[in-house]
This record gives sequence, C-alpha cells and structure tokens, in this order.
Amino acid sequence: MAKEGVIEVEGTVTEALPNTQFRVELDNGHEVLAHISGKMRMNYIRILPGDRVKVELSPYDLNRGRITYRFRS
Amino acid sequence: MIVRKSRAELEAMREGGVITAACIRMLREHARPGVTTKELDGLAEEFIRSRGGTPEFKGYQGFPASICTSPNDMIVHGIPGRYRLKEGDIISLDVGVRYEGFVTDSATTVAVGEISPEAQGLLDVTQECLEAATREVRPGNHLGDIGHAIQELAEGRGYGVVRDLVSHGVGREMHEDPQIPNYGKRGSGPRLLPGMTFAIEPMITLGSYEIKIDERDGWSIYTADGSLAAHYEHTIAVTDDGPWILTLEEGVDSRRKSA
Repeated sequence: MAKEGVIEVEGTVTEALPNTQFRVELDNGHEVLAHISGKMRMNYIRILPGDRVKVELSPYDLNRGRITYRFRS
Repeated sequence: MIVRKSRAELEAMREGGVITAACIRMLREHARPGVTTKELDGLAEEFIRSRGGTPEFKGYQGFPASICTSPNDMIVHGIPGRYRLKEGDIISLDVGVRYEGFVTDSATTVAVGEISPEAQGLLDVTQECLEAATREVRPGNHLGDIGHAIQELAEGRGYGVVRDLVSHGVGREMHEDPQIPNYGKRGSGPRLLPGMTFAIEPMITLGSYEIKIDERDGWSIYTADGSLAAHYEHTIAVTDDGPWILTLEEGVDSRRKSA
C-alpha cells in the first residue's frame, strides 16, 4: 500500500495559541498552523515562541502541520 | 530509523512474500471482464488466510478490505466494491500479507481483455521502472538512486511520476522508515545497507503527476487530469548478493548466484 509522502520542513515558532497549536513561520516564508506531535507531548517537551522546530506537512493541506522535533537553541 | 533485518528475519519475510506473490498471480488470473472488485477482494482474503497469513490492509488506518483495487484513472487505494471490470480496463491490484510477524507488500496492474496501445505502453514503462529501481537496491547505493532511476526512465519517455505517494520501508510494520519518493537525485539520501527491506512501488501516469483524493470514501486517489495510471510493486531486500525480491513466487531467486 503506497504511503502518503509527508513533506518535512523547518521553521521558527512565532506564536503559541491557547489550544496547544502554534503558528510557525517556515524557512520558505510560509506561515502554517501546527500542532505538537503525540510523541513530543508524551515526553512533555515544551515549545515556546522563538524555538526552531521541524514540521511535517501533509501534501493535501500545506497550511497545517505537525511539529515533530524541537532543535536545541 | 531504517531497521535492518537479520538473515533469519529475511527468510521469514521471504516465506510471507511467497504467499503474497501467489495471491497476486491468483488475482491476475481472475481479473477478467464481468468480475467485481469485491469478488476479487473475497478471493484474496480467502487465499491469504488459507496459506496461514492475514491480510494486512484490512483495518489498517480503517481500510475496509484486504486488497486495493484501482481501475483506470484511479492510482491507488481503491476500495473493492460493486465496480465490474470491463474489456479495455486496466486495474491495479495491491496486496499486503502479514506472516510470522512480518509484512510483505506487492502490486500488479492487469490488462482486462484487450487494451489500447497507449495503456499497454503505460503498463510496460511502469514495469520497467520497477525493474530499473530494483537494480539500484544494492549496498553502497544511496536511497535517492531508486527514485532517480524511476523518474529518469518514466519522464524521459513523457510519462508522469506521481509525487505525493511514496515507496517505503517495510518489515514488522507495513509502513516503516524510510519514505522513498519515486523521484529524486542520484546520490542523495542515506546509504543502503544489507538487511534493509523496501516496498518499491512506482506509480506512473499517461498525463500529469497531480492527484486528487475522493472526498466521499476518503481513500481512493485519482489522477487530477483523469489520465490512466499504473502501479507495480515488490518487497525487496538489500543483500550482498544483490537485490532480493521477496515477493516472487516459490523457487524464483533474484539474487546473483554466489560462486
């Protein structure tokens, strides 16, 4: 069964929203709405504005993503 | 992280692969005008279970059947149902089998009766893409060599290479790391090592590579421009003796004969 390819990009968190979502400005200039991945949530990894993160985008909706990694600052 | 399998684990996967290959052959024989995709699904499920395996697609992220049946301009993930095969159709049949804890994944596109020369050309190039990709599966190569081979061959002849769906690692789970796009740059990506197992599945179209998903069932994926699409797949292991196609029938070994 073919897998849907996710696009992995990097960006900087610009805003933390009340519903555990984040606005992330990608390196390519686009702004996306992203939620934190389950794995990060399980490990209690906090994300704050200014953090550099890795985001997975679905090819079907390039405005939404999932934060899968936070880089050490 | 790309999980490498031991010799014993590869042998176990090969046993499952034999079942998958036999199921594909059985489906090819039954894919004739008048048969419904639901009937094919029933035959596949019965076949897989009779050989001691379980159909991996059933229940996978909610998929309701044992095989994917994708006719004509449908690329992949077609849900078996009342669609009746007719003369001139091409239909992709995708099978995943879990056996002894491992998954093997294979697909074929069948010509139903007589098909147009364009359709036959599409089937031929897609099979050649899988063969070209298979030749790249050897230690020392890079992951991107696989997609590069597919893209160069297909686009070189004017066909479309689907981008949004990818080939993938396979083993204890159906979709494992890595994602393997069917397009790419030679030399890019991680180095291939013995024990890696991939499901290589080029999806090639007669037109553009853009896709659209059927909102009604949430699964079926079509070419955006309505052009025909073909799909072939094998599960292949990286070995020191060359690519080992695990989803070939019993007794057929794709590896180089060691001296």
